[in-house]
Amino acid sequence: MQWNWEFTYEIMPRMLWATLNTLMAAGVGYAIAVVLGLALALAQRTPYRGLTLVVREVVEFIRSTPLVLQIFFVYYVGPQYGLNLSPWVAGMIAIGLHYASYLSEVYRGGIESVPKGQWEACIALNMTPVKTYFRVIIPQALPPSVAGMGNYLVGIFKDTPMLSVIGVAELMHAANAIGGQHYRYLEPYTIVGVVFLMISLPSAGLIRAFEAWVRRKLGMR
Amino acid sequence: MMEDMSHYPLELTGPDVPMVRFMNVTKRYGALTVLDDLNLDVTEGEMVTIIGPSGSGKTTVLRMLMTLETINSGVIYVDGKPLTHMPKNGVLVPADAKYLRRARASIGMCFQHFNLFPHMTALENCMEGPVQVLGLSKREARERSEELLEMVGMIDKKDQHPSRLSGGQQQRVAIARALAMRPKVMLFDEVTSALDPEVIGEVTNVIRRLVSEHNLTMLMVTHQMGFARDISDRICFFFGGRIEEQGPPDALFGNPQRDRTKQFLSAVKEAD
Ligand SMILES: Nc1ncnc2c1ncn2[C@@H]1O[C@H](COP(=O)(O)OP(=O)(O)OP(=O)(O)O)[C@@H](O)[C@H]1O
Ligand SMILES: [Mg+2]
Repeated sequence: MQWNWEFTYEIMPRMLWATLNTLMAAGVGYAIAVVLGLALALAQRTPYRGLTLVVREVVEFIRSTPLVLQIFFVYYVGPQYGLNLSPWVAGMIAIGLHYASYLSEVYRGGIESVPKGQWEACIALNMTPVKTYFRVIIPQALPPSVAGMGNYLVGIFKDTPMLSVIGVAELMHAANAIGGQHYRYLEPYTIVGVVFLMISLPSAGLIRAFEAWVRRKLGMR
Repeated sequence: MMEDMSHYPLELTGPDVPMVRFMNVTKRYGALTVLDDLNLDVTEGEMVTIIGPSGSGKTTVLRMLMTLETINSGVIYVDGKPLTHMPKNGVLVPADAKYLRRARASIGMCFQHFNLFPHMTALENCMEGPVQVLGLSKREARERSEELLEMVGMIDKKDQHPSRLSGGQQQRVAIARALAMRPKVMLFDEVTSALDPEVIGEVTNVIRRLVSEHNLTMLMVTHQMGFARDISDRICFFFGGRIEEQGPPDALFGNPQRDRTKQFLSAVKEAD
């Protein structure tokens, strides 16, 4: 089979459009994961033993089952309980929740790396627990979390093709559709690979630069 | 076993209520009794220095007063009001989080390792408590903080982050940060122990000024006997979780009564 440039140009607009969808899926899913992950991490540190235990079990459960199962689960089991979700909404919930549980562990590590003396200084200044977290602990937990957060951003991006199984029109979905229509898979799949490569490759360096920037921004070195 | 709290007063009254009172305070870590039935009063404006061998419970005294540690029995009073307990139906019960927050507002503490917030400048460190806890406006908090940074000689470094400051400079900022909360009682736990010898003086000088110019009540733990003798109203020598001997500095250093005090003092003199 020969590489066909003409065909490549022809499908390019559709692939680029799908790339935008992929980026949007990764972005929205990640935004959910970043916020929800923090909630999951903080919930495990409350004095309420019951809540702590339940959240820990949920996080453990999500981390030990495959993402694709979770996507299917939200999309197909939801309607049986009267919860009809569009592929996009179901996909974002599933992938957001999945990565939230991973990010919660990153945050947990970051929070635990803040020295005990910082907590004690907050007590000595009579700060409330909420202010202690948001003004003192979380800003310092951030730099050590950036690397892990960045890796999971790349991870969520690379996992977006799984959303094609429920029909989210991202890159993989588009490539499959084009392949099915034209009986040519080489070009669409290659484009998918190249797009992922172009975005993933520089990310390691970018993450490191971002980490340094965060540290500088916070005046910490 | 629950302690019978009925003989502890709900608050201290009378003409000479101490600023701080430890009443039959016991602290244990598991099987280890760190403080054993401690009774200690500190009057308003008094500077009390705690000395003693390593592990004798000096730091624990300050940490209990800062509510960083709970106590196993007894009651601590600050300014006549219970700190570790709160009145409920006419008896004292262990303080809850809300009560503790109100009760510890009059206490400030400086730590051996400064514990400044690394993501804030010196000025921001000082403003944090006044703005976030006391609810002062930014402008008021800045004025108050700059005044204190001036006093500790750190005004020209106010926009530096702690990582750019020497240990002595960080400790001076930490003192300003604690003072910005206008505490009635200040606690100093070996604030010069982590410092290079040549910068110890800049911190002790600040404490000297506090003693001579302010009516703060202070409790200090230090290994610097000369400094303690200079500025303290009273020295408490701790041994094995108890006050072995206490008195005015000249009496305790010049004419110690107990064998353990004599041994400790001659041991530290040799080490110097
Ligand atoms: N969190 C803890 N858990 C268990 N034991 C502790 C804890 N904190 C302190 N101790 C023990 O309590 C005792 C008193 O400790 P403390 O820190 O008050 O001593 P110190 O007089 O300040 O000594 P140093 O001069 O070394 O600072 C020590 O035996 C110490 O090991
Ligand atoms: Mg100590």
